[in-house]
Formats: sequence, C-alpha cells, structure tokens
Amino acid sequence: MPSATLLGQSVLSGVLVGGLYALMGVGLSLSWAFLRLINLAHLALVFLAAYLTYALAEGAHMSPFLAMLLLVPPFFVIGVALQWLFARFKVDEFGSVLATFGLMVIVESVIQGIWTADFRRLETPLSTASWRVGPIFVPVSESIMFIVAVALLVAIWAWLRFTYVGKAMRASAENPDIAAAFGVNHARLALLMAGVAASSACIAGGFIALIATLAPSQIYAWVGVIFATVIMGGLGNPLGILAAGLLIGVSEAVTMALTAPSWAPLVSFTLLILILILRPGRA
Amino acid sequence: MNARAIRPAFYVGAGILLAGLPLAQPPAFFESFLYLVFFWIALATSWAILSGFSGYFSFGHGAFFGAGMYTLANLTTNLDLPFGWSLLASGVAAALLGLGVGAVVFRVRRLRGELFALLTLAVTFVLATIVLNTPLDGGPGVFMSASVLPRIYESPSGTIYLFGLGIAALSLATARIVQYTRLGRGLFAISDDEDVAEVLGVPTFGYKLAAVGLAGFLAGVAGGIHAVFVSYVTVAETFSITVPLFVVLMSVLGGARHWFGPAIGATLVTALTYAFVGGEWAVFGRGLIGVTLVAAVLFLPHGIMGLVASRRKRPPPPAIPAEPPAPSQAAHAPSHKPLLVCQDVRLSFQGVKALAGVSLDVRAGEILGLVGPNGSGKSTLINVISGYYRRQSGRILLEGQDLSRRPGHRIARIGVGRTYQIPRPFRRLNVLENVALYATFGAAGLERAAAERAALYWLGFVGLGDRAHALPLELNLHQRKFLELARALASGARLILLDEILAGLTPAEIDNAIALIRRIQAAGATIVFVEHNMRAVVALADRVVVLNHGEVIASGLPKDVMADPAVVAAYLGKSHA
Repeated sequence: MPSATLLGQSVLSGVLVGGLYALMGVGLSLSWAFLRLINLAHLALVFLAAYLTYALAEGAHMSPFLAMLLLVPPFFVIGVALQWLFARFKVDEFGSVLATFGLMVIVESVIQGIWTADFRRLETPLSTASWRVGPIFVPVSESIMFIVAVALLVAIWAWLRFTYVGKAMRASAENPDIAAAFGVNHARLALLMAGVAASSACIAGGFIALIATLAPSQIYAWVGVIFATVIMGGLGNPLGILAAGLLIGVSEAVTMALTAPSWAPLVSFTLLILILILRPGRA
Repeated sequence: MNARAIRPAFYVGAGILLAGLPLAQPPAFFESFLYLVFFWIALATSWAILSGFSGYFSFGHGAFFGAGMYTLANLTTNLDLPFGWSLLASGVAAALLGLGVGAVVFRVRRLRGELFALLTLAVTFVLATIVLNTPLDGGPGVFMSASVLPRIYESPSGTIYLFGLGIAALSLATARIVQYTRLGRGLFAISDDEDVAEVLGVPTFGYKLAAVGLAGFLAGVAGGIHAVFVSYVTVAETFSITVPLFVVLMSVLGGARHWFGPAIGATLVTALTYAFVGGEWAVFGRGLIGVTLVAAVLFLPHGIMGLVASRRKRPPPPAIPAEPPAPSQAAHAPSHKPLLVCQDVRLSFQGVKALAGVSLDVRAGEILGLVGPNGSGKSTLINVISGYYRRQSGRILLEGQDLSRRPGHRIARIGVGRTYQIPRPFRRLNVLENVALYATFGAAGLERAAAERAALYWLGFVGLGDRAHALPLELNLHQRKFLELARALASGARLILLDEILAGLTPAEIDNAIALIRRIQAAGATIVFVEHNMRAVVALADRVVVLNHGEVIASGLPKDVMADPAVVAAYLGKSHA
C-alpha cells in the first residue's frame, strides 16, 4: 500500500491531467454535438499546435504563452476551412470519422517530415518549477494549464448557455429544421463553432508543448482517453467534460500508484466501454 | 460453357497457379510482397463481412488480429503445440472474442454507427493493456521462430506465402458466399435500417453475431500467420492504429459492400506503401494514404466497386408472373373467429401511458379500422404487435400463440406484416430486392428464385412492375407507399398492419389505394389499418376501434362508432354549452 503522500501526489497529478483531457476534448465534443462531425483530426491539430508552440519558443525564443496566443487566429481559420469543406461535400457523421482519420495521418506525416520522429521537449524555466504544499509538490506549468482549462471550459459553457449563438446552436442541434424556420443560420454558426473548437485545440496544444514530451506517434496515444472523456461528459457539455476528465485522470493516476503505470489505459477504456453499454439514452 | 460454369474453374485455376509460384523460386522480396497483399486482402475482406455488409463499422479489427497473433505466438513458442492446431486456435480465440463483445454490444440498440466504432477501438486498447501486463507478452514481446512452420516448401518464405494465399482465398470465398446467401441479404438490410429488418423477419442479433464471428475467425487466422511472418510480436506494433486504419481505408476505397471490393483496395494500398518503403519516403507514403482516405470519402463514398455497380446498365424491367406465388395462408372468408387478440396491453414511456390497457380482437378476414386523435396510441399499438416495442404487461395472441414475448423477427415469421407511415425502404437495395427480402424472411420464407418471382408478382399487383430495378429514392411518395404495401404482401403475412398508408396521397391516389386494399382482403389477408381519413375508414372498414389516451373508447360498425358521443368528444373536445 503506497503512503498517503504518494496517494495525495497521485490524486493531484490526476486532477491536473484530467484538466488537460477536458481541454483537449472540449473541441471534439462541440463539433460532435453541434456539427455532427466526429473530428479525429482535432487531436492532430492539438499536436500541430504543440509543435508550432515548441518551434516558436525554442527557435524564436518567444514566450510559449505568447506563441500560443499568436497561433489561435490561424487555428481558428483552419477550423473554419475544414468545416466549410465538410459542409461542401455533405460529409456525414461516419464519413467524418474516416476523412478526419485521414487528416490525422496527413498531419502526422507533416509533423514527422518537419520535426522527425524524435522526441522533443521544450525546456523552459517553468517546466521543472513547482510549489511545495506540505509534503506535496505542485508543478507550476501544469497548474497554469489547469486554471486556463477550467476558465476556458466555464467560458464556453456560459457562451452556450447565455448568448444568442449558443442558444441557436443548441436549438439547431436539437432540431435543425425548426431552428432554421426561426431564422437560425446553421451553416454560418457552424463555421464559427468549428473555429472555436480548433482554437481550443490550439490552446491545448500550447500546454502540451509546455508539459509533455512531443513525438508524432503521440497523437494516437491520446485518442482513446480523450474519447472516453468526451462521451462520459455528455456531448456539447463543457462542465460535464471537466467532471469526466477529472474522474478519468484521478482514477488513472491512482491505478498507476497502486499497480503499474502500464495498467493505466485499462481504467479509462473500461470506463468508456461500461458507459457506452450502460448509459441509457445518451449520445 | 456459360459464364456461370467458367467462373469457379477460373478461380480454382488461378489459385493453383498462385499456390505453385514458390516452385519457380522467385526472389524472396517478391514472395513477401505477395504475402503482404494476401495478408491485407484477408484482413480487409474479413472486416467487410462485418462492417461493410452490416454497416457496423469497427475500429477493433486490430483486436481480432492481435488475439490471433498472440494466441499463435504463445501456443507454438511457450506450449510447443503444432502449427496447424495453433492456427485454428488463433481463429477460434478471435472469433470467441468477437462473439463475446457482440453478445453484449449487439443487445444495445443505441450502440450503432460511430459509437460502435469507438467501442471496438476501446476494446482493442483494453485487450492490448491486458496482453502487455500478463505473461501473454509481459512487456518485452514474443520472439517467433520460423521453425514452427510445417515444411511445405523448401524456404519458410514460400510456406508463409502459401498460408497467406490460403487465408486470402478463404476470406474471399467466405465473403462471396455470405454476400449471395440469406445471411448477406439480411446483413445488407441491417445496414440500411436495422429496426425494419428485425420486424420484417431478419434475426438481426443472430446475423450480427454470425458476421462478427466469421470476421473474427478470419482475422485471427490471418494474425496467426502474420506472427510467423514478422517473427517478433510486440504489443505496440500489434495493437497499433495501423491495422484498423488500413482495413477501413482499403475497404472504403475498394467498396465495402461487395465481396471483391476490399481486395481491390488492399492490393492498391499495399502496392502504394511498398513503393514508398524505407527512409524519407515512408513518411510521404503515410501522408499519401491519408490523402487517399480523405479523397475516397469525399469523391468516392461507395468505393471502386460501388462506382462499377452504378455504371452498370440496368436490365429492362422483368415480366410479371401471372399467378400468385403461393396460395395465401388464410384464404378463407371473413369469420367471427379472432385471428389476433390483445388482452390488457400496457406500455408507458417514462411515465407517459402510451397504452393503458388495450383489449381488442381482430377477426380473421376482416378489415379493422384503428382510429383516434394524434397521440392516442395507434402507432404504438402497431409497434407493440409487430415487436418493435415490448409491452410491459398484457398478452397478444395470434391464433393462440403468444407474440408478446417474442422478438420482432419471430413475430414476422409467425405471420404479421406491417407498413410504415413514413415509408422506410432499404435505400441501397432496389425495389425488387426490397420486396424479395420480405418474401425471403417473412412468413412466406421463400428461397431466392421463388422470392424474386413472388416479389415481381406483388410489384405488378400494386402497379410498380416497371420500377423493379429502380432505387427507392427514385420513387415518389405515392409509389413508396405502394412499395410498403407490396413488401407487406410479399411477406405472406396473415395479419397486415397498415400504418396511415393513405396520409399524404391525393384523392385520386386514395381511391386507387382503397381499391387495392379491397383486393388484398379478397385475397384472404386480415388487415388492421390506422387512418385519419374518415372517408376511407367508412369505405373500407368492417369494424372500427377508437383509441384515446391509450384506451379503447369505442368499437363497432363504422357508422355507429362515428356517432358515439365519446368519440365525438375525443376528436372535437367536450361541448361546454
């Protein structure tokens, strides 16, 4: 049985990584719920953003946070462009899985072509810094990431809940024809939504560059756990995703502490399977 | 000799030639390239048997493949079992995995489409984690020696090549047989509209299990052979995303709804990747595969075989048989003997009582009109009788046989047919195939040729004979409603449930339909029809039953029922005067 300190440290790192899961998953969830697109390429965009942040910070000696912000507008445009393409060709839900799977492979080869398959790690003063709270170490960059993630998720939740765009999107998702009869221009809102989703990928990618080691193949390593988070959280529900991310993150971290790290995927995927089978009427 | 007789001879001849190839001692890379083509043909074809035919797209093919790989690696290396038995065990292990997953997942109506795809991907990762952390792998991977192979050819590469050819041929043969038998037609129906398929008589659960079992077995055997080919089995390689990605790509590219489509895709993609093997080009090759996948989805959604099929010229409409296909099962005059008895049938949806204790009789040979305001439970009752919904209490008896516990396809076999208010044809099957499916799987239970004759007869009966080769989307609403009718008739059902068959038709079309329904009754069928059009109800019905809020509020002759104050109140509201 591990000590209380180790367990506490595990729970903390689980909470922090859970925030990252939610941050990575929220864009996927938005496009699934509101655009009926299962955008696997979302994760590829996350890693593209991570590599670009890495390049700007390492090559141009830019602050990684500034790099992240500079990248948001281009990623917004990428998201809009992809949505335009999918709408133009009337790609359905399943077609979108296949097409974005293809995009994911394309982005992976582009990344590998530019930065090779070697592991990359962004070294900044922040990456090793941590605060000490009693016996527990609190890593600084992860904590910043977590705060930004929570803020962003709450902001998206409020956006969906209280603004015209959010209400119109939710109405369209429920019944596109009736929403259209009330003057909702779904096609234009969809472009905006896709842009927001891609921007969230950009922010997530920036933080991945800060806290994780990068390799092109890592794109696939996240697929399962992010999907588990998205589905568990309920589509189009940013706060639900946060809760799901925390649940998965903590349960994984505790599994790692109690057994071996290699058992960790079992928890998230078993949870995903159980939720898919047992959860009534969702998604 | 005609083409039908030449084809099998051609396949066998090609097989023998290919099998003898290693005798010519080709360069080793040539054998291994061809082996890879065969390997991917086997995997992609086995994937298509489940996912292409039934529409249950799986991203979990890596799990079957991996189960086969690790079964063979462990049995031959750790237990020293002979290769042949181990290979068989690989297939069986993967098939059992598929059946196990299917037995749980296929019971959940919600888990279709993309959720099924995700679930199978998750199963792959769970399996990978278990294998990695148990002695099956243990972390470092399993080394294989080519010495486990039987010595069929001098060189191991020749022997592996032969096994690859064997599994590819077995997969293709299986896919071809499945496509042209009942199983295949049932799977195609499932892929277009599973709920309709079940209610028309396709045992959907059993068929899906059969498909996943076959797919698993073939992929497992292919995995077993591949374990010897790669000679070093690791979790990271085996359960990587490559296998599901490639089989989906190959099948989509070639056309997943035809037994030969995946083989075309597999050959093209394997050749493509082989051309880019090594160094800088490998990255480029992967990128190209991604581009191909995107382009295939955008420009070629039905694959190469789909393109071929759509270019093929349609044969002229076939001649309509003059004789009804089989004597109708209930060719007797209207009687007072009840054919169908509903006793206190109840069903609630989350507290809303859709059916609050419905009791009614349907007499053999009669036309019973089922009327009531919107939301009164008419369509729900049809859905319960045909088995789409399961009643919560009460009994439904067809000539004494209790239907209420049986799945939809059993009810259809016993002799209940139905139409849908909004027509639900199988959109990728033509009109003739749509109707023949009912003759095959319904109470009529006809074999292929007989089913097609029956289908043609009933298409002629409803006046759609010249549209036999059209796709349902090419029909107008009136024709689609009549297609629904032809399907119910071809099923050979004794009891036909018509759900608002007249809604949306013009007055002239309604007259046409009324005449048709009369002819159906004259042919001996018993009809329950749900209708809002009172003119038609009065013109057709022998008796009328009125539902309101899920209860029977009146029944009897049409003119009596229409004058009943309770019925008037239900339709127009209570008078406050």
